[in-house]
Amino acid sequence: MINLENPKKFQGLVNMTRQVSEQMFRPISRKYDRAEHVYPKELDGLRAVLEGMNEGDPGGGVSASGGRGNKVKEGNVNGGNVSTVLSVAEACWGDTSFVLTMPGQGLGNAAIAAVADDEQLARFGDKWASMAITEPHFGSDSAAVQTTAILDEEAGEYVLNGTKIFVTSGERCDVVVVWASVDPSKGRAAIKSFIVPRDNPGLELVRLEHKLGIRGSDTAQFALTDCRIPKENLLGSPEVDAKKSFAGVMQTFDNTRPMVAAMAVGVAKASLERTFELFREAGVEVDYDRPAHLQTGAVAELLRLESDFEAFRLLTLEAAWMADNRKPNSVNASMAKAKAGRGATEIALKCVELVGPLGYSEDELLEKWARDAKILDIFEGTQQIQLLIIARNLLGKSSAELK
Amino acid sequence: MSVTNRGLAVGIRALTRFAGMDVIDRLGLRKPSERVLRRATATGFRTAGAAGRTFRATQKLASARRQAPETASKAKGLFDLTPTDDQQMLQEAAREFAAAEIRPAAEAADRADATPAELLDAAAELGIASLGVPEELGGIVEERSAVTATLIAEALAHGDLGIAVAALAPGAVSTAIGLWGDADQQATYLPEFVGDEPPVAALTIQEPTALFDPFALGTVARRQGDGWTLDGVKSLVPRVADAELFVVAARIEPQNGSGPRTGLFIVESRTDGVTTSPDPAMGLRAASTGRLHLDGVRLPASALLADGDDDVYRDAIALGRIGWAALAAGTTKAVLDYVIPYVNEREAFGEPISHRQAVAFTVSDIAIEAEGLRLVTYRAASRADRGASFRREAALARRLTADKGMWIGSQGVQLLGGHGYVKDHPVERWYRDLRAAGILEGTLLV
Repeated sequence: MINLENPKKFQGLVNMTRQVSEQMFRPISRKYDRAEHVYPKELDGLRAVLEGMNEGDPGGGVSASGGRGNKVKEGNVNGGNVSTVLSVAEACWGDTSFVLTMPGQGLGNAAIAAVADDEQLARFGDKWASMAITEPHFGSDSAAVQTTAILDEEAGEYVLNGTKIFVTSGERCDVVVVWASVDPSKGRAAIKSFIVPRDNPGLELVRLEHKLGIRGSDTAQFALTDCRIPKENLLGSPEVDAKKSFAGVMQTFDNTRPMVAAMAVGVAKASLERTFELFREAGVEVDYDRPAHLQTGAVAELLRLESDFEAFRLLTLEAAWMADNRKPNSVNASMAKAKAGRGATEIALKCVELVGPLGYSEDELLEKWARDAKILDIFEGTQQIQLLIIARNLLGKSSAELK
Repeated sequence: MSVTNRGLAVGIRALTRFAGMDVIDRLGLRKPSERVLRRATATGFRTAGAAGRTFRATQKLASARRQAPETASKAKGLFDLTPTDDQQMLQEAAREFAAAEIRPAAEAADRADATPAELLDAAAELGIASLGVPEELGGIVEERSAVTATLIAEALAHGDLGIAVAALAPGAVSTAIGLWGDADQQATYLPEFVGDEPPVAALTIQEPTALFDPFALGTVARRQGDGWTLDGVKSLVPRVADAELFVVAARIEPQNGSGPRTGLFIVESRTDGVTTSPDPAMGLRAASTGRLHLDGVRLPASALLADGDDDVYRDAIALGRIGWAALAAGTTKAVLDYVIPYVNEREAFGEPISHRQAVAFTVSDIAIEAEGLRLVTYRAASRADRGASFRREAALARRLTADKGMWIGSQGVQLLGGHGYVKDHPVERWYRDLRAAGILEGTLLV
């Protein structure tokens, strides 16, 4: 039966995450926005707490790495995907950059969890793994990978060469999951992912980016120069299978899009809540019964933003709920990501405008959230890529027809 | 919500009757009635309210009957978008009816300013005007459910929004009396709604004033002796000329230091001082909208619902907004379903226009915003069912209806270009109807 409230069974998890957000993240949020590239050492203390939370609820917890699959159950399921979007939203209400740089919870961990074999899980399961996909010459076009991984049969090693950019937690992680082509002549089917330990001499940290927002999370550029790794570090099958291979690596994104949407929910919620508070202090109340246009312009605008927020919050929950119930959710995941990414950016920016000079100043976190929010409409598939995915699906078009 | 055998029988009887019959034959354009002629030629001409039946209590109720609160959804507290089996059955019936009967009749009904009586009778047979009637009074559903009403409104509006309004309008009155009527009010009016010829009825809030505010009404109710006197004008009332019964919102004149409040009054069309006039509008043409004029209308004390409780009025406003949002959810989905094949088939510059991002991305955005609107609407309705506060959620659904619903209506026309602007395609009608959904108050009650 239809019910769109947050499930009661995850209320404890949400409350706990809220505590972490209020008491750990918010107090140091501004500090690491200013001290870009400095590791927020306070997060180390959180690692133990998080592991406890994740053990209590193996499917969920606070992480950017996405929900894991559920066991098939009868009837309506609220599982790891729903609990993860709820807790990620709550954590990003605190600070998005800390969620992105959560120790041991990198995007690479999602890839390892999804495709690693037992032996690899034993070696890397507890490592903090970042993900290196993007290269200087491409962003959305993930099939354009130029980094190579050539097998040296004699040594039983892959030799990696190339440049990787925009690697979240690149400096802080233990291992980097690198996308590289085992045979550039074979196109996207030859793209595989490899686990490269951070201390490999062939992996050089070139620089850390200076960014608009999410400054608490480091973003690295790597140069791979004759970087040798054991061939056992290849994730998934070494076969170059034109049908399955690339789709396999892209599948990681099906799980992570609702998570990024959940991040946007958290940032937008933070901005809206604070703006409501400041309005109240200024003596402006919202009346939900009276037509919006008969109230002040500021209230009418806030109501518009709040309604938009409600729409993408529920789209996000819907996408996660579909995943939990094993309903195909590729379109819904993209709808949530597209709407939440642009919605959070608009809301956070508009809240700065509505609050005015105070909202723009560093006295408030509103301006920081407005800077943080923008990345959520870009990474894990830009707004435009999401719209492409949705349109191709609804219209029944191939990527050759609808470019 | 559980549908009793009677409800099942009614729904299935209706479906069986429609199956396989020739739509045009059966429903074909109704000959312009006297009323329609009047409407077209003499806008502003006032006529007495419909002669109407005598409403009389045939049984004595010791106390008011209420449908049980919807209970199933409280069971587990899990997030869920799956309707119950009973809801799915009603939803499915409404969808089939919308596709087979409503959509084919929509263009003609729009042009005729009226929905064919046969179609409205058939809709009434589906039981949609009596969803809010308690079972003891002949209602077909045991439990009160705003979600069920929302699903049905959405499904009907996928066929046509204007016809959906015409079909659903009487149900707003029976639901209001079911929810808030006392024993006498229920015994007097509700049995008629489950009879063979349920009355045409309408719940009226809005008035023809700029910056209309439902909490500062121009229609006034004054205490006079034991009863009330009502004065004012209500606008855009569906099927006003045929309606036998109204629930009218009026500002209750403060007395003895009591604060301002708004009351809902039961008004029979035969009452002296009740007149109607046509009020044709941008859209909702199939609902034959008109004005209701109240000039010194004397009502007994028993005409006031819920003793003028201000919270009841605010709930009524919110439930109406959810109803309009549900209609918008259905119509915006209709827009999406219509433009997808169109942009795939229409060619320009040697290929389907859907191969262009400007076109394809608009389709994506229509899908996104329509789905968001639907979910926010469902949440408001499901909160009402669970006895949780729902006025904020209704306000958010309304905001989306006004903003995104209209945006979708506009994009629907845009994607068809000049062809969207002419009546060969339904998108221009949806454009006109969707403007109403974010503006009108009351009229529906989920």
